[in-house]
Amino acid sequence: MNKVLSVQKLSKSFGGLAAVTSVNLELFQGELVGLIGPNGAGKTTFFNLLTGIYMPEKGSIELHRGSEVFSLQKRKPHDICRLGVARTFQNIRLFRDLSVLDNVRTAMNKNLKYGLFPALFHTGTYQKEEEELVEKSMELLKIFDLESKASELAKNLPYGDQRHLEIARALATDPVLLLLDEPAAGMNPAETSQLTRTISWIRENFDLTILLIEHDMSLVMSICERMYVLDYGLMIAEGTPEMIKKDPRVIKAYLGEDLHA
Amino acid sequence: MALLQKGWLKYILMLLVFVVGQVLVMTGILNDYLFATLTTLCINIILAVSLNLITGFTGQFSLGHAGFMSIGAYVCALITMRISTIPGFLLGVFAGACAAALVGFIVGLPTLRLRGDYLAIATLGMAEIIRIVFLNLEITNGAAGLNGVPQFVTWPWLFLFTAGTIHLISNFIHSAHGRACITLREDEIAAESIGIDATRYKVTAFVMGAFFAGIAGSLYASYFYFLRPTLFGFSRSIDILVIVVLGGIGSLSGSVIAAILLALISTYLQSFPELRMVFYAVALVVIMILRPQGLMGSKELSFDLLRNLGRSRKRRSS
Repeated sequence: MNKVLSVQKLSKSFGGLAAVTSVNLELFQGELVGLIGPNGAGKTTFFNLLTGIYMPEKGSIELHRGSEVFSLQKRKPHDICRLGVARTFQNIRLFRDLSVLDNVRTAMNKNLKYGLFPALFHTGTYQKEEEELVEKSMELLKIFDLESKASELAKNLPYGDQRHLEIARALATDPVLLLLDEPAAGMNPAETSQLTRTISWIRENFDLTILLIEHDMSLVMSICERMYVLDYGLMIAEGTPEMIKKDPRVIKAYLGEDLHA
Repeated sequence: MALLQKGWLKYILMLLVFVVGQVLVMTGILNDYLFATLTTLCINIILAVSLNLITGFTGQFSLGHAGFMSIGAYVCALITMRISTIPGFLLGVFAGACAAALVGFIVGLPTLRLRGDYLAIATLGMAEIIRIVFLNLEITNGAAGLNGVPQFVTWPWLFLFTAGTIHLISNFIHSAHGRACITLREDEIAAESIGIDATRYKVTAFVMGAFFAGIAGSLYASYFYFLRPTLFGFSRSIDILVIVVLGGIGSLSGSVIAAILLALISTYLQSFPELRMVFYAVALVVIMILRPQGLMGSKELSFDLLRNLGRSRKRRSS
């Protein structure tokens, strides 16, 4: 299997608080990997380090694309996106006052070919490429059953659709690695199971590797092949869902220590 | 097909405005006083529309627009005073706009890393520096300013530059690059996460805004004979900002409507000089209380909007 991402000894602290300490992680082509941990374990901080929102203090992040290797630390967020890492946010960050269509097509800007001149004078190149953008966006929206809502404002969508739209926007950047930060947060069981199916479908049809932060254990256990567990910024366990379920350190992190002794 | 028709309608409307203006000028209904008001109006429209690109669409709060305007004005005046012909005038406008854009680029690169109030203070400082430079340069004749700038501005030029500015900025906003600018206003972190280079697009919007403000300044210099640094102080930047906020942050037609409205108010109040500024201020306060999002909000004036408005009226009455 080909490696897609390798993280070595990644560390970040805020003042005196060590948010992420010497974390190692590896992802292989086509995998769907879960990252779990109690509240405040450093999961979102880890995502923010991977996507360049925070600068790591120590360690390395390497993205493998074919035979090329890019190091992601010290790169800006937009640059990291251009290399093929897309993400969603725990607290949905859509462009609320833009239409559903605009949310998706702005995410295709990195492959935009026309420059400032066609933009100012609406030349033939502009017309042609804008039409292509709309076409591609609508195809993507169709996957999430959003094509009929393309002209609605993002803020007027129901909560579940907003979550879906954020995933659609991330996919529009044409990524090789997709980071999902609690995609099922705030969803009811029916919505969660639908989302589970969508995520599996995306992975198969988009040739993607997915790393998923999740609190909903049923979702993680049912679709992830491997899992990592973070607690207080430390990676305390790694393995298949069955292994993780039985791991005493994980049980301790989630349920606390046995007082019996 | 529908798009094509809408495009044609826009051009026909523009032609109509031009012809009506031309007829009014030729028949003398627009006397010198009214033409001066019209010139101020057009200059204000260019300034407001270009500031709206920076503040309304890209979300970068700038208080230095008068600074860019003054660069255009002085550069254009210095050129037309030496080459006093129509090509000289056009060269002056172009050079003035480019000089303003260049300063916009130099100032924008470091300051656009700042956000919100910090950027406002930085741009305010920039405009003051520009004013002080003109106050102390020999070539601009210091505080006395430049007198006898040749007058070239006629209705066709005025119309060409105003309509051209609106048209180009509107085109920009309705392109992928313009949409990228709007995402920065909406959520910068999300915009960066989908591959939009925030610094690049902020600087692009800032430089474009400065370019068109430079054109407005050039037109000002080529109509009002004389230039003084005090004409381009803090209060003018605020005047432009008032038009943008009043019309609606992120609405080009809002900026145009607000500029016209304010021109009308101040023209009608001309006969009550003592009360003029009081009425003006009260009008602003009232509009802001009744419509805090501005006259147009972030909507554009279009035939669809009018149709929808009519429909909802009907529904309410039935």
